[in-house]
Amino acid sequence: MQGLVRAVRRFGCSNFQRRFASTLVIAEHDNSALNAITRSAVTAASKLGGDVDLLVAGNNCDKVVEEAAKISGVKRVLKASAPHLERRLAEELEALILHAQNSNKYTHIMGASSACTKSVLPRVAAKLDVNQISEVIAIESEDTFVRPIYAGNALATVKSSDAVKVMTTRATSFDKAEMNGSASVEEISSAAVGASEWKSEELSKSDRPELTAANVIVAGGRGLKSSENFQMLYKFADKLGAAVGASRAAVDAGYMPNDAQIGQTGKVVAPDLYFAIGISGFTGAIQHLAGMKDSKTIVAINKDPDAPIFQVSDIGLVDDLFNVVPTMTEEIKK
Amino acid sequence: MRALVGVKRVIDYAVKVRVKGDGSGVETAGVKMSMNPFCEIAVEEAVRLKEKGILKEIIAVSIGPAQAQETIRTALAMGADRGMHVKHDDILQPLAVAKLLKAVAEKEKPDMILLGKQAIDDDCNQTGQMLASLMGWPQATFASKVDVEGSNLTVVREIDGGLETIGMKLPAVITTDLRLNEPRYATLPNIMKAKKKKIDATDPAELGVDVSSKLQTVKVVEPPTRQAGGVVGSVQELMAKLKEKSLI
Repeated sequence: MQGLVRAVRRFGCSNFQRRFASTLVIAEHDNSALNAITRSAVTAASKLGGDVDLLVAGNNCDKVVEEAAKISGVKRVLKASAPHLERRLAEELEALILHAQNSNKYTHIMGASSACTKSVLPRVAAKLDVNQISEVIAIESEDTFVRPIYAGNALATVKSSDAVKVMTTRATSFDKAEMNGSASVEEISSAAVGASEWKSEELSKSDRPELTAANVIVAGGRGLKSSENFQMLYKFADKLGAAVGASRAAVDAGYMPNDAQIGQTGKVVAPDLYFAIGISGFTGAIQHLAGMKDSKTIVAINKDPDAPIFQVSDIGLVDDLFNVVPTMTEEIKK
Repeated sequence: MRALVGVKRVIDYAVKVRVKGDGSGVETAGVKMSMNPFCEIAVEEAVRLKEKGILKEIIAVSIGPAQAQETIRTALAMGADRGMHVKHDDILQPLAVAKLLKAVAEKEKPDMILLGKQAIDDDCNQTGQMLASLMGWPQATFASKVDVEGSNLTVVREIDGGLETIGMKLPAVITTDLRLNEPRYATLPNIMKAKKKKIDATDPAELGVDVSSKLQTVKVVEPPTRQAGGVVGSVQELMAKLKEKSLI
């Protein structure tokens, strides 16, 4: 059967081509470890019902390739390892993905939504003269998708008749694929483009779990009043093995770095447990909710009983966070 | 040097949108509209580059219905030199917008194009990247710091784990993140002056761009709502509840 599909594809019988999806997923990694959001993208790709290839583009990324090959549902891992791909600059990745597309004629090209995929996939879509569908949260069929608009205040169902569907998927909307697969590995390459140059990076170092992957998140807002006071949240988070996030107000006030921002234009999270501490929701309510309202249980701690955050929380506590947080931290110790 | 800045008219960020009963979209009639916040940041950055003597001219371009002129006027009041209005009444996908901006750019020959990283209505985050790709230019997306020296552009980008600095040669497309700058308010004298600045008008046909799309919106619905869960009286009660649910 696989042979037939391939033969049909090779000879370009368009009716058959349309029926058999084949998807290229872009892996997210840092050259040493695979980011778990890749596994959510593979789950999304598997819903399309065809072969799934996973592209690992980087440099000295053998460990990532090894991990990638274990993701259930992946048929082939396309490994592209070269110095010009190390930093996954958009122009370099674009050339590589277009090369893979030329050789394999995928019906779908996608990746979990990240700074990297958001930068490169629209470039790929434009070159293929197709639309991109951003932040897909549900796949209804191989051409019909659901995505949030207006900061998640409306859900749009869109249908694409483009020849190739290029999309990003929201990692929190798809379960992570299991790790008991055994994909084959194939090497591919593309010439360096050299349009832009990576100079340096400044990553926020933390021993805590990554925000988008954490099961528990402790998020602070302007109510924390200073970056020093965030230490109190860190202590609490460490007791829970939680990640620490922030509202835009807290980031703008300089209490937390930008990459900790949760919201429409920051990170979208959906942990099992979300603590909104000193986040009233009075300012930027719509935008903050866009980033966290799919959390399973939301706990809000705020001294203002009228704070809009209480309208979405499962458990609310009206009290001064400076009393509550240390007490909670103590309680967990017991 | 010359910059093209794309600005979009969207429902004001503070408005809670309402989905239309027939599922065709969200209600825009009688709703407060403003310039997309990320576009304001793009205009502000261009004006600052002009104040530093790097840019000579800033052209603000908007694609949309007649009212998009107001958005262009706002950009002119902030310091853009002239405007370009591409008249089109229907909602366009980023691909069509990128093609239109490319056509405008081919006429105006800018050295850089500044756009917001995303519009807060469609939340696509695509136009700048598509435009860069169509132009064959490098891109600097999610910029939180922009430095121009001669034809060298250095941009600090907001990425998932922190910040990244990249360099490239102009011409390039830059898309702005929230932290790039604090946009200025247009003062009354500047708003008056902006009325005298020129806005040229064109349309997709005149630009020779096919804006038809193979992406159709089937329906738009309200997201599922969350029920407020009530409040507890004490920390102990809160902890007990979380333990009961085996969350901690």
